Amino acid sequence: MASTQVNPTRMELTKQKKKLVTAIKGHKLLKDKRDELMRQFLDLARENMALRLKVEEGIKEANKNFVIAKAGMSEQTLNTALMAPKQEVYLDAGKKNVMSVDIPVFQSQTRTADANDIYSYGFAFTSGDLDGAVKSLADILPDMLKLAEIEKSCQLMASEIEKTRRRVNALEHVIIPETQQNIKYITMKLDESERSTQIRLMKVKDMMLEEAHHYKEKDRERAYGAG
Amino acid sequence: MYKIAVVGDYDSIYGFATLGLDIFPVTSRKEAEEKLEHLAASKYGIIYITEALAAECKKTIDKFQEQLLPAIILIPGVFGNTGEGVQGVKLSVEKAVGSDILFSNN
Repeated sequence: MASTQVNPTRMELTKQKKKLVTAIKGHKLLKDKRDELMRQFLDLARENMALRLKVEEGIKEANKNFVIAKAGMSEQTLNTALMAPKQEVYLDAGKKNVMSVDIPVFQSQTRTADANDIYSYGFAFTSGDLDGAVKSLADILPDMLKLAEIEKSCQLMASEIEKTRRRVNALEHVIIPETQQNIKYITMKLDESERSTQIRLMKVKDMMLEEAHHYKEKDRERAYGAG
Repeated sequence: MYKIAVVGDYDSIYGFATLGLDIFPVTSRKEAEEKLEHLAASKYGIIYITEALAAECKKTIDKFQEQLLPAIILIPGVFGNTGEGVQGVKLSVEKAVGSDILFSNN
């Protein structure tokens, strides 16, 4: 039984048939979209995990180095050394369309081209450990940017896949069966009414013939005559 | 042109300043949430946030998850790795596939 009431008319039947065709086509397309998204997502997720582990390890190392550097210097000296950074990083954020999902593409630019500008202090009052710490952090930066790009893409794709999967399921398990049910219901109703019209016409024809020729009366007379 | 921000406790993030990233040391949860909102509204394309702090203002972070920018990325702080970042990757796999089929065994 269809959950929604439909009018058993020919017009409604045509409408439902069209709806079914669209739903099936849409279902197929969405399923393809989901499969392709999933394929790309799984690759991306693997890359994401590998990169994340690498970045976390790198940051952990760098943090360790910073702690050692801090231990060898007074807090004031350290703060003074890091107070005025020379380098600046800018980000060019574009976007790429992957199966109708916009994912970000980051391109970083540094203010100055000199790689040594990360050392924003004179070397006289700071320990050598600080240089090493800053360097270790600088080394991990490109990976961090890549991680940001990939992780964001992963998140965006994951939510798109979830949405697409819901749509596919809704079409497959709700819309398509419901429409088929409706079509069946309308077809049966129409057949039924066609049969009843046919019967009515036959009956009317009988009655009209009877009126014109009086078959029954003649039958009776013939029966008497014979008897 | 976008910039990159790092949010967290001062000890975890002061090193990033030398690289040219903008650092925003925060101490309380409320401050962090306000900062995140503020940074997301300004020209910041990537916001790195320490895992410890991210755990406290999850709601605000989730809000930006569906947006293209900013990308809010978790990094371990100086007090160690809480595994929150790795968990995040697993969660997105779970969200997309239905169950964690890639990293469930490690």
